[in-house]
Amino acid sequence: MSDQTANGNAAGAEGQPSERVGLLRVLGPVHVWALGVGIVLVGEFMGWNFSVGKGGALGALIACWVIGLLYTCVAMIDSEVTSTVAAAGGQYAQAKHIMGPLMAFNVGLYLVMAYTMLEAADALIVGDLLIILAEQTGYSGLDPKPFVILIIALLALLNYRGVFMTLSLNFIITAAAFTSIIILFVGVQPWQPGAILKHQDLLTDLPYGWIGVIAAFQFGIWYYLGIEGTCQAAEEVRSPSRSLPLGTMTGIMTLLIAATLTWYICSGLLPWEYLGQAIVPLYDAARMTGSTTLQVFLFVGTMFAATASANGCINDASRAWFSMGRDRYMPQWFGAVHPRYRTPYRSILFLIPIAASFAFTGLLDQVITFSILSGLLGYTFMPINMILFRKKWPLGTIRRGYVHPFHPLPAIVLMVLCITTFFATYLGFGTQLLAMMFFYVIVSLWFSMHRYKYVRRADQFTMNWPKPEGY
Amino acid sequence: MSEHYEPPKQSGAGQFFDSIFLLVLVYVALFIPLILGLTGAGSTNEMPEIVNWETLGQNATMQAQWEKLGYTPETAAEIITTKFDYTIDPLLLLITAVVIIGYFVFMVKVSDKEYRDVIREKFDL
Repeated sequence: MSDQTANGNAAGAEGQPSERVGLLRVLGPVHVWALGVGIVLVGEFMGWNFSVGKGGALGALIACWVIGLLYTCVAMIDSEVTSTVAAAGGQYAQAKHIMGPLMAFNVGLYLVMAYTMLEAADALIVGDLLIILAEQTGYSGLDPKPFVILIIALLALLNYRGVFMTLSLNFIITAAAFTSIIILFVGVQPWQPGAILKHQDLLTDLPYGWIGVIAAFQFGIWYYLGIEGTCQAAEEVRSPSRSLPLGTMTGIMTLLIAATLTWYICSGLLPWEYLGQAIVPLYDAARMTGSTTLQVFLFVGTMFAATASANGCINDASRAWFSMGRDRYMPQWFGAVHPRYRTPYRSILFLIPIAASFAFTGLLDQVITFSILSGLLGYTFMPINMILFRKKWPLGTIRRGYVHPFHPLPAIVLMVLCITTFFATYLGFGTQLLAMMFFYVIVSLWFSMHRYKYVRRADQFTMNWPKPEGY
Repeated sequence: MSEHYEPPKQSGAGQFFDSIFLLVLVYVALFIPLILGLTGAGSTNEMPEIVNWETLGQNATMQAQWEKLGYTPETAAEIITTKFDYTIDPLLLLITAVVIIGYFVFMVKVSDKEYRDVIREKFDL
């Protein structure tokens, strides 16, 4: 099988044919919506409820709102930078143009680790859901590992074969999963408080006080983590300037509705201590209604949400890894596009064992925490990036697609919320936070002392901008 | 004026070694601490001497919901009584803060140095 690198310049410089084989531009706004919501919607079916465990049901609701503010700042900053840095790769491309190679390398890794760990959590959920189903139908002792491998392998194959089919499937199963939440909401008769939903008796005071509310910020991230991944598909979208904002904004609106409904349903049906450690809380909520129909809907909804998320994660993680291979931040071997399917097939295959290994641990809260921490490091990069962006190219020096208001307030608020969320993670998951930082410190040293020598300097800046101020 | 930097061509073996290094680092730094139980939530547990729904602090509605989920006071007791331990160890907090801040300072400084290489080649050569 012959391969061609996607970086024509690099190939040409080494005496090989310089034909550029790019990714196919086949996606529309619906696919962008499906990619963003497909990745994140699973956060309504599992994981968000660990914030209830850390701060109580009301604490989780406050965390949902405060972290919503964090994502508002992310959206404001990202809109300005993404609409101006019209290069593929989302935050990774931004870091290359504004901060430099080491930062870009780290941002690329944040994306890969956040999505790969999320993919592991998704596969883990599929396995756990099958265990629950087996127990309810009298087959206890089911080993979920073959199913975990099967789901990852099938989705990897789908991604290997082509992005259009992959994200078309994502649209269908994401829409079905979202519909299952709506059906459950209607099924619990919210217009009749006390009939099925028991908020008055189940909602308690803050069990840990206000420090618990701050601690809950950690898993509050899970309501929205990954929505910024829509930028990853920029190179494969037919009309990025229209499709990316439209797909992303409708995606955020979908998630806000889904998060609110999810919290309302679950906190009205499950005691907070149970909810705070449940693996599949929405499915449990459906069980509590006593309706077999709702139970089936939520089983299918949870399964679809996890599958759609894992599917989107394979897509995004492999593209970030591929981009780094293409830029030689990673071995150039990963920068290859499949000659027939035009997909980053080597990157897809390389990340499979990592996702499968972490899924096998069965430690959902900790696998999720690795994903959250990588996402959080990425959000911490954004305010630094924004301030440097305005400093290096002040307003009026380059054409911006969008200028966000109140600068530098969103950057300051975002930085404060990121620091608070690091502290929230320290509360209860301090050792894991240090393990993750150890990983990024070592890998940063490795890049600057070893890999940077393979990077072509001028190729890292492709925008038609003037020289940045101060350089 | 310096010349364009021409990076060395990495051999197939070198690329293979780099790929394996990254895989090993993921497993050593992240996976092994996970499976050895070195990470995860710090918690406390205060089990009452007599275990029933009342001593576990559950009202009538909560009891009914636990029972619908298939729990008895005995099987639910550990879930209800296990709490997060939010005691702050000042030394560990300081170490964590220094590592995170140090990481970002290092990254911003080294990135800026590398960025100057990029800008010089792009605009000055």
